[in-house]
Amino acid sequence: MPESLPANSVGIVTPLSIAFEQPLDLCSGRTLPRYDLTIETYGELNSSKSNAVLICHALSGHHHAAGYHSMDDKKPGWWDVHIGPGKPIDTNKFFVICLNNLGGCHGSTGPTSTNPETGELYGPDFPIVTVRDWVNSQARLADHFGIKCWAAVVGGSLGGMQAMQWAIDYPERLKHALVIASSPRLTAQNIAFNEVARQAISKDPEFNKGRYFDNDAIPKTGLSLARMIGHITYLSDDGMGSKFGREMRQEKLSFDYNTQFQVESYLRYQGERFSTAFDANTYLLMTKALDYFDPASEYEDDLAKALGQAKCGFLVASFTTDWRFSPERSREITDALVEAGKDVCYAEIESNYGHDAFLISSPRYDAVFAAYMQRVERDMEVPNAS
Amino acid sequence: MRADLEIIKPWFTPGSRVLDLGCGDGELLDDLQQSLGINGLGLEIDADNITACIARGVNVIEKNIDEGLASIKDNTFDTVVMTQALQVMHRPDKTVEEMLRIGKEGIVTFPNFAHWRARFYLALRGQMPVSKFLSYEWYDTPNIHFFTFKDFERLCIDRNIRIIERTVVDHAHRERWSNTLWPNMLGEIAIYRITR
Repeated sequence: MPESLPANSVGIVTPLSIAFEQPLDLCSGRTLPRYDLTIETYGELNSSKSNAVLICHALSGHHHAAGYHSMDDKKPGWWDVHIGPGKPIDTNKFFVICLNNLGGCHGSTGPTSTNPETGELYGPDFPIVTVRDWVNSQARLADHFGIKCWAAVVGGSLGGMQAMQWAIDYPERLKHALVIASSPRLTAQNIAFNEVARQAISKDPEFNKGRYFDNDAIPKTGLSLARMIGHITYLSDDGMGSKFGREMRQEKLSFDYNTQFQVESYLRYQGERFSTAFDANTYLLMTKALDYFDPASEYEDDLAKALGQAKCGFLVASFTTDWRFSPERSREITDALVEAGKDVCYAEIESNYGHDAFLISSPRYDAVFAAYMQRVERDMEVPNAS
Repeated sequence: MRADLEIIKPWFTPGSRVLDLGCGDGELLDDLQQSLGINGLGLEIDADNITACIARGVNVIEKNIDEGLASIKDNTFDTVVMTQALQVMHRPDKTVEEMLRIGKEGIVTFPNFAHWRARFYLALRGQMPVSKFLSYEWYDTPNIHFFTFKDFERLCIDRNIRIIERTVVDHAHRERWSNTLWPNMLGEIAIYRITR
């Protein structure tokens, strides 16, 4: 809990809910009759509405990217290291919007919301949404604020996929896309990990085909396991090694099946905490959105052709020990952008933190991020800049 | 701007697509973008240089050129330029071949090891030359291939590479009549414009 807020914090922030009463057609063929998006904003929108930056969240993220909700908060928003006055996404210069995506469980319409057509909770009946659906819903969010063109759309991991989709689907509506620790499509291994997570959840005795709320229960064990396996893929072998090594909770081997090593107890704690804070149906949905993302598939499996739709400039960044979305995936994106003749910068940042590195401040990451945001700022007022 | 960069500047076409291999802090591309409106991209391996490029508005990709340029398609660029870096490549011949695969024209500059100072240094002292221009000891130099104008031109003949233009300058990057009179002996830096 901060006794006083740091000078480079956006401070105390309050989420906002915005209602969209127009139906939204989804990739699945289904339609959402209406929806709410929960958002946070930081900084001030300028009079020409040219300084807006959209932050897209990753698998388990939400709208609370920076600042604190109250002085009692233990931690600031999930990307507080990079959003704030004087930080790479400088809120003295940019108006930042971060939202909870459709299907989420932090206020935006999703499985935990009431279906207006039945008056009951959506639960497992909430339509599976895709990255493209999210981008369409975000475009309406931009309209709500009168933002014709984002100065930048920024995201890490699944968030980076949204930035790419924006560039492909709405080329006139963004000047820059920052695609960090992301991938142009999931590998078989990625999908396999997601499937293990989904199986863990759906095989939990409390799951009840996704209608666990009918029994006032949650599939705690399954969600906890899903988070544990996910968490392993977010860290690197080296990172885990230096954090835990083979450190034990007791001095001697106990020759039983209780937690023996520190890493076991850490994972259990992470799983436990997540399982009561996140909705299982949302988790299933988010992993599906990841699996389905493959923009090249609509352009003859040619990523260069897909990204060739874009008119914005790109920053692509990866982290050396990220094996979930490895640097190789970011190089694929970069190569496709070069082939398509787009403006692209690519940095491969040394880090021990695996996939999680995109959430953590490090001197080189911050320098690259800030340098690119300077370019974003310069291009804000330039018409049709790239 | 560095004098050798001034010399090669007229060899670029306004509005063309230029790749700079080992682009450093982006000085050349920045200048070409502003004065000729070229569409530039640099490849670089040094972290600080990469940040400097990004900040000044030069597109840059972090890449170890020695690992190859296979990910870049044929004829992606009009001109591929490499200044003072061919001698640090593991296989300069492959680098040159790749330059002319991914680009229509290549521009290379490199230190001429047959310059008279280097010749005398080795001949008289019996030691690898260390000079203001080639300032490394033999064991810590990044310059792992020492070659001369003649060597480079023989490579071009062997590989059917056409030399469009060439010039030589001294260590202060001056083009002098004496350099051009006896380039292999008197020129310190070779500057070549090549194509297939």
